[in-house]
Amino acid sequence: MFTNWKVRLFMIKILKPGFYSTIQDAGRFGFQAYGVPYSGVMDIYAASMANMVLGNDENAAVMEMTMTGPTLQFDCETIICLSGADMSPMLNNVPIQNNRAIHVAKNAVLSFGKLKNGFRGYLSVSGGFKTDSVMGSRSMFKGVTEQYFIAKGDEIPIDNYIEALVKKNASIKMNYKYLQSKNIEVFKGPEFDKLSKNQQHILLTQEFSISKDNNRMAYQLEQPLENTLDAIITSLVLPGTVQLTPSGKLIVLMRDCQTTGGYPRVLQLKESAMNIMAQKFMGNKVSFKLV
Amino acid sequence: MIFNLTYKAFGERAILVEWPAKIDALILKDIIRFKTTIQENNIKSIVELKSAYNSLLIIYNAVCRNFENEIILLKNMYNSSDSEPVILSRLWKIPVCYDASFGIDLEAISMEKKLSKADIIKRHSQTIYTVYFIGFLPGFLYLGGLDETLHVPRKSTPRLKIEKGAVAIGGYQTGVYPIESPGGWNIIGNSPVAFFNPKTNPPCFVNAGDKISFHSISMNEYNDIKMLSVAGVYQLESEVIHD
Repeated sequence: MFTNWKVRLFMIKILKPGFYSTIQDAGRFGFQAYGVPYSGVMDIYAASMANMVLGNDENAAVMEMTMTGPTLQFDCETIICLSGADMSPMLNNVPIQNNRAIHVAKNAVLSFGKLKNGFRGYLSVSGGFKTDSVMGSRSMFKGVTEQYFIAKGDEIPIDNYIEALVKKNASIKMNYKYLQSKNIEVFKGPEFDKLSKNQQHILLTQEFSISKDNNRMAYQLEQPLENTLDAIITSLVLPGTVQLTPSGKLIVLMRDCQTTGGYPRVLQLKESAMNIMAQKFMGNKVSFKLV
Repeated sequence: MIFNLTYKAFGERAILVEWPAKIDALILKDIIRFKTTIQENNIKSIVELKSAYNSLLIIYNAVCRNFENEIILLKNMYNSSDSEPVILSRLWKIPVCYDASFGIDLEAISMEKKLSKADIIKRHSQTIYTVYFIGFLPGFLYLGGLDETLHVPRKSTPRLKIEKGAVAIGGYQTGVYPIESPGGWNIIGNSPVAFFNPKTNPPCFVNAGDKISFHSISMNEYNDIKMLSVAGVYQLESEVIHD
């Protein structure tokens, strides 16, 4: 798939893909008016942590791994860092820790075990992943990038590792608490005031659980909220917009969401709340807190 | 025309401006005028503008400390009478092959509407459509102006896969699927023109406020244009509109 490389780059070979892994950076900005989603890492905090530990640009492309991590082999020496969800990472079958710079020898195999907390883990490599940049971003998205998820046998290019150029920040303190947090900080959405006082009260006090329909585009919530609002004519949405469907489903839009939508927008997540949401999976509970 | 607009903070770094809630060419014109005025003012903190039928979203590069100030600035821009920007819109002439091999729902629409297929094609291709905005998928145009006799409800069960280029009708709207996608619209043809190309900048040749017309082509013409289009050398016909 990556045949147009003039200089041979170092590669990571995918032995097993895991549940769902993609390459993501900060996202694809400036093309919303053409209907192009932002994409980008779901948990910006964890991804930037993984980059900062290695002294990478904080927006360098990382691998986002969902629920179960892949098994991958390095064809070169490099330095890596894992952050976000704890997926019991192992290097050559020896357990390693998240949020540490870890030296990797040529041919080493990185694998993952049980998911201990969170839902999305991030792998950074020294200098970042070097998959194709399309419209200013390496974030994989169907219809935009040729490859849109990581599959078995893929060889993913990474930056050349030159030890002398590596700036490690070994002393970065990671806050793990957000992985367990249930509190999703929100602002009122454009249609919030059209809800009845009772609907507003339920929305801001009840616990909601994450349904099985959750992915990079949106998280649906299990408990319905009675909906008496009229549909709106197709309007504008952003990642973090909470929509209320005619049947009363609440949908939290995530990074790969469409640019427009026709459901009333009742809440808007604070950007830091997006990171908390990104680490939730089916059955987890959340509650919305107005800031 | 000056409308009574509402301005609301939308999250931490965006402001939503809303016009009266209807689909109206005058509102579109006013949105484009305001959008162009904002662009011409070249405000560094504004990184992105996107619009829909009756709304404009102004996205800032950082968390807004003072929304009220930003809103006052925007209101001044909207109301200043000397901001009559020159807006260049184009009419794009889009070739469509309505052959039955593409137009898999033509037969059903023909039965339901008691119109011949030739009639449907004629009614679909004699209208000049207005591009209200792009959304739903990269390069998907929201077009206004579909002949009322062609309004067909969406299919109750969406198809899992609709081909790239499919020309379709959903309710009162018509459009072209720019990339392969699931979808519930009724398919009447296919256009060999690429409505979204991630390798070009901008990735779409059409902008909100432009116009579109469709014209019927044969399967042979379709294949010829498709080849040129894939090679990136197809010259689409268009003209500048003055209105």
